[in-house]
Amino acid sequence: MTLPPIGLLTLVTFLPALGALLIMLVVPRHQEALLRWSGLGVSLAAFAVSLPVWFGFDGGDADMQFEEILAWMPGLGVGYHVGVDGISVLLVLLTTFLMPVALASAWHAIEDRTKEFVIAMLLLETGMVGVFVSLDLFLFFVFWEAMLIPMYFVIGVWGGANRVYAAVKFVLYTMVGSALMLVAILALYYQHGAATGTYTFDLPTLTRFVLAPGLAQNLMFLAFALAFAIKVPLFPFHTWLPDAHVEAPTAGSVILAGVLLKMGTYGFLRFCLPLFPDASIDFGPWVYALAIIGIIYGAFVSTVQPDLKKLVAYSSVSHLGFVMLGLFTLTQPGLVGAIVQMVNHGLSTGALFLMVGMIYERRHTRLISEFGGLWAVIPAFSALFLIVCLSSLGLPGLNGFVGEFLILVGAFTINKWLAAAATTGIIFAAVYLLWMYQRVAFGELRHEANRRLADLTPREWAVLVPVLVLIVWIGVYPKAFTAKTEASVQALIAQVEIKASVARAPVWFARQ
Amino acid sequence: MIPPPPVDLGALLPALIVFGTGVVVLLLDLLPPRTKDHLGGVALAGIVGALIGAVTLWNHETRAFRDMVLLDNYAVFFHVVIAYASALAVLLSIDYLRRNGVESGEYYALLLFSTSGMMLLASAGDLLVVFLGIELMSLSLYVMAGLFKARLASAEASMKYFLLGAFATGFLLYGIALIYGATGSTNFDRIAAAAAARPRDSMITIGLGLLLVGFGFKISSVPFHMWAPDVYEGAPTAVTSLIATGSKAAAFAALIRVLTVALKAAQPDWSVLLWAIAVLTMTAGNVIAIAQNNLKRMLAYSSIAHVGYMLVGLVAGGAPGAGAVLFYLLAYTFTTAGAFGAILLLERSDGEAVEVGDYAGLGRRHPVLAATLGLFLLSLIGIPPLAGFVGKFYLFGSAVRAGYLWLTVFGVLNSAIAAYYYLRVIVYMYMREPDGDVRLVPSFAGGVALAIAIVGIVLLGVMPAPFADLAQVAVAPLVR
Repeated sequence: MTLPPIGLLTLVTFLPALGALLIMLVVPRHQEALLRWSGLGVSLAAFAVSLPVWFGFDGGDADMQFEEILAWMPGLGVGYHVGVDGISVLLVLLTTFLMPVALASAWHAIEDRTKEFVIAMLLLETGMVGVFVSLDLFLFFVFWEAMLIPMYFVIGVWGGANRVYAAVKFVLYTMVGSALMLVAILALYYQHGAATGTYTFDLPTLTRFVLAPGLAQNLMFLAFALAFAIKVPLFPFHTWLPDAHVEAPTAGSVILAGVLLKMGTYGFLRFCLPLFPDASIDFGPWVYALAIIGIIYGAFVSTVQPDLKKLVAYSSVSHLGFVMLGLFTLTQPGLVGAIVQMVNHGLSTGALFLMVGMIYERRHTRLISEFGGLWAVIPAFSALFLIVCLSSLGLPGLNGFVGEFLILVGAFTINKWLAAAATTGIIFAAVYLLWMYQRVAFGELRHEANRRLADLTPREWAVLVPVLVLIVWIGVYPKAFTAKTEASVQALIAQVEIKASVARAPVWFARQ
Repeated sequence: MIPPPPVDLGALLPALIVFGTGVVVLLLDLLPPRTKDHLGGVALAGIVGALIGAVTLWNHETRAFRDMVLLDNYAVFFHVVIAYASALAVLLSIDYLRRNGVESGEYYALLLFSTSGMMLLASAGDLLVVFLGIELMSLSLYVMAGLFKARLASAEASMKYFLLGAFATGFLLYGIALIYGATGSTNFDRIAAAAAARPRDSMITIGLGLLLVGFGFKISSVPFHMWAPDVYEGAPTAVTSLIATGSKAAAFAALIRVLTVALKAAQPDWSVLLWAIAVLTMTAGNVIAIAQNNLKRMLAYSSIAHVGYMLVGLVAGGAPGAGAVLFYLLAYTFTTAGAFGAILLLERSDGEAVEVGDYAGLGRRHPVLAATLGLFLLSLIGIPPLAGFVGKFYLFGSAVRAGYLWLTVFGVLNSAIAAYYYLRVIVYMYMREPDGDVRLVPSFAGGVALAIAIVGIVLLGVMPAPFADLAQVAVAPLVR
């Protein structure tokens, strides 16, 4: 028996897990520095290996690239099928980019059980990359569920005071959602098998299958949508998020906001839209409504938070509302905007969590009222914090603007009131972020403890600068990123429309 | 003159090897030395011999004693599962018995007799053999449950198990009698033929109901599950492991064969009944498990819930459903035996460490054991890529295939509920600080048992296809 050659994506996916295994077996528990360096080294290696995927990716080609197919359970039609298209390649890179950043940010924050922490984070990376590259429903579900456990440990072991509650809530919410998704996956499998005679979990094959519109498709859509809506989180399924975010250690929050939430929106994009096009169109208005509620509600709740981390957590509900809105417009600008916004949110909110974590390490509090006048004491921190806030609220020239603008263009073509309602979210984002910034950085230095704060250390610079470079780069030259994704988005929209119109004509929901 | 019945002991080979080893153990017990560790080794050798014997009989279908004993692939598959279950129980017992001062030769002999009863059940082709197998298996287990003679809980477990078990056997026997009365035979094939000729015969239906009561007790399905928590808690943990894995697998072996072969004609009746029992069993098991603080009780309720999942496969029916149950039993055996094994290796200065509070900070004190127990718990939840996940995938897949969508929804939601109480143990192990004086008892044999179980759940989880295919081949004799 000869082993098949190991493809690039397999390497990116399993390199972190392999590294985790090596660290577990080789590196002794008390060598904390060595543990940190080896964890960082493995995640940097995974990032290095993922770069050829990015540069080798042909943005003009809408098909899956770097595909690998191996039989896994041939009797059942389960295969090890991985590949990336213009949508997932961005998210794979986002994951491999954020993981070293997160590990570096935890250098001094995680002192207890460093070995387990590094192993959990690396296993988490394998799970997340696996979710984004899987092109087989079974394989996808395996990664989707397996990824829960390391995140559960990261929150539950290294989190804040109420960490156990937050960790268990996180897992149970996600498991309830994915339980029904499993039923829908099986139902789809047998429907496809009964109709075509081929029993398979292969996603591209299932995507080509036109499912009759009606109750069955709607139920399957809802089962998938529930799992993803909890992950996004779409209002009203968001209640786990503030708990998980606030209790998680900084590195965990960065990964949670940066990558895990994207798995929800990615799920809608990769599974719900192409597999259940009629249901996606039919339920579109409901998604719009929930997305708009999320945008405005998230912003309002953020505004009144006394705790910096909670504020950032609720702002995610608002930002992800934008992404959901963009996805379900099913228009080219809406989708491209949503995908760019997924990356942007990962960078901006990730950076916000990083900086909140840095200030927390210094003062051991996150209450806004404990700060004020920080600009005078730690100017470098305050300046970078300002850039990150501005990026998050969508200032033109920084990354946030590109995504939100495109999403609003997409929404406008659907219904101008929809766009108008969503735009208020941008205004409110300016309110809560700038007001928070004002109370933290400007004004008088009211607290003695703040007078002795140290400014950014070289390590913290090293953590933040790569993120800031990307924030500016995407803001100034978004084409470098959108160019990779446009062909795939076009193909996706065409596929949804063709499948929906094959299955039934005319579409009752009139779209321009 | 009645000709003497044909005797073909080959069909009984695995069960006979185990039984013979049991007799040898009894004899060796009388000889020096006074320590009994070597008897565990002998018992283990016998079980491994039976395992090898069973594997060589794969694809050698034989029927013996006028079709009373069937040695087909189905029986062989279960022989292997049962051999693993009892081998793990023996490995777990070796140091455990010495630690608790109850080393005895007859324990291993009883364990082997019980195992041979289980194997007999797996190859039963006749209701009387089912009865014989159940009695041989159960009577030995009743005694083993009371092994800790000085402990009240152990004596209570033994008594309760015996009384309720004897009661349930009465139901079983009454069911056998009614079916014999209606069909004129106790042989599965002849019952099937007679029952097919007499559709909707109320005597068969009542007989079926009584059989389900008897089997329901043995597999601990709701509402015949009441004994399980007390017995699991009170019995020595190694015995609990065998009751939870081997005896359950054996009872399922007989139940599946009785239902899908002998009472195939009554499928509409039993599938409706089992549908309801499955929902009740998994829901009650999971919901009550949430409230447990004693790990052995929690695992008892958890094992009740797992019976509910397996009944889903039985309801789904056909080769896919039955095959899924077989695969699940294999996965469940490794997982559950492993979980009980991990518990057994811990002790407090004043007894067993079974309260969930005893596990606080275990991840810090004994990282390897905590990780091992954690993996078994994750497999019980059904987290990929471990055996429990694939097992559930096959079970629920077969149910969706057969159109039992609501049953599947109940099943998956139950797995989500179950996550709560399994995770609770992990919370204690990793997210609480250590307190109390819980310590790990070094045991080479116990370590070997845990290693086998870990390899089992990882292998079944990552490479399930070959084993699932074997399970499908094994159920072929039932559905042709």
